[in-house]
Amino acid sequence: MDYVIDCEKISKSYGNISALRDINLKLEKGSFLAIFGPNGAGKTTLLKILSHLIKPTSGTVKINGILLHDEDGEIRKNIGVVSHNSFLYNNLTSYENLEFYGKMYNIPDLKNRIAEVIDEVGLTARMHDPVRTFSRGMMQRLSIARVLMPDPSIIYLDEPYTGLDQHAAMKLRDILKNLKKGDRTIIMITHNIERGLEVCTHVAIQVMGRIAYFEKIENVDRDKFESKYFNTVGKEHY
Amino acid sequence: MLMDYFSKIWAIMWKDIRGELRTKEIFSSMFIFSLLVLVIFNFSIDLLEVNPLDIAQGVLWIAFTFSGILGLNRSFLFEKENDCIQGLMLTPVDRSVIYFGKMLGNLVFMLVMEAITVPVFVVLFNISIYDKIFSLIIVIFLGTLGFVTVGTLFSAMSVNIKAREVMLPILLFPIVVPIIIAAVKSTGLILSGSPFGEIVSWLKLIIVFDIIYLVVSFLSFEYIIEE
Repeated sequence: MDYVIDCEKISKSYGNISALRDINLKLEKGSFLAIFGPNGAGKTTLLKILSHLIKPTSGTVKINGILLHDEDGEIRKNIGVVSHNSFLYNNLTSYENLEFYGKMYNIPDLKNRIAEVIDEVGLTARMHDPVRTFSRGMMQRLSIARVLMPDPSIIYLDEPYTGLDQHAAMKLRDILKNLKKGDRTIIMITHNIERGLEVCTHVAIQVMGRIAYFEKIENVDRDKFESKYFNTVGKEHY
Repeated sequence: MLMDYFSKIWAIMWKDIRGELRTKEIFSSMFIFSLLVLVIFNFSIDLLEVNPLDIAQGVLWIAFTFSGILGLNRSFLFEKENDCIQGLMLTPVDRSVIYFGKMLGNLVFMLVMEAITVPVFVVLFNISIYDKIFSLIIVIFLGTLGFVTVGTLFSAMSVNIKAREVMLPILLFPIVVPIIIAAVKSTGLILSGSPFGEIVSWLKLIIVFDIIYLVVSFLSFEYIIEE
């Protein structure tokens, strides 16, 4: 079977510290994986490796069948990353930020594409306002617009709900549900079990650099997942 | 392909200039610092007893390099805000595009600062540069290019260090010493009215170091920014 994301035995060490240990992960097109885990479990490190930002110490990563080790960075145009940091320049307006990133991705008809994605996240009225005047929720929505611009087939979400109030979190949830439509493959890291379970097709629990639990959502008992999580984390982590 | 490479470099440079035009954080601190250096030296040295041509070139390059450090310190800090550097590294561009874009932005800031500092320097030190302006522009440009080339690399290196304001000059100055010495010497020769032939050997030294720094920075930036 062809997997969009195919990791085999990836490990990452920083000196004596092992951030990831022998991670195997295979995801098909259209999957939405929610990864839960305590702080320091190596979740962000895993996403950094999958987005071709850092190299694993050992193991192989294939994205769309292409081995990342042999790749010069072109694969990054198929990958979008939304983090708890927005990657947006405070001194530039939303339009200027998107225009800048659009040029980096060589997006054709950039002006219209910016109008489309900014409308999609409901920020058209604030298009020419500096990002520094934005609330945390607006920044996060603009960050999603930035990611949507090149229409990537893979999206990584690293704790996107961090620092959002209830209203902003609801809005973000609606946007994420829209992201799911189509063939996009999505991986989301979150501490919020409820929000993770409501959108995902697969669930994983990562503890101490290992994937300790991986299951399809239809095989997961949502009511008992929380205790499953604490059992898994507790058993491995404490 | 090549046009695409340069258009991305231009986009990064223009993004920095656009941000700076809005805040004027880098430029104002650089210009005020260079002005202060000139004024302090002007007041501390009795120009009736000391020939301005004996000290002027040194004062000018002290103003350039120290205020340049202020600009370089801020350069990658903007990229750290909201972790923009990571956003930039996630785009499908070669790491050298990021380096050249940032380097050219720093070069523009320094050249603008220098273009305003030089007339102030001329007035304060009562030096005529009317017939030497062309040679002076060449030396200042080449000296600044070398300084910024390696300065951008060290700015990227020191951005994650806590005491970066202290670390950047400590790391950078020993490396750029050959360029600064050559630039001071050639500026001195130009200001004292020496023929162009006399400064050629110093200019060659600056050009050689510019090329070495450019190649080394181009090759090593990827490793510095990734880990």
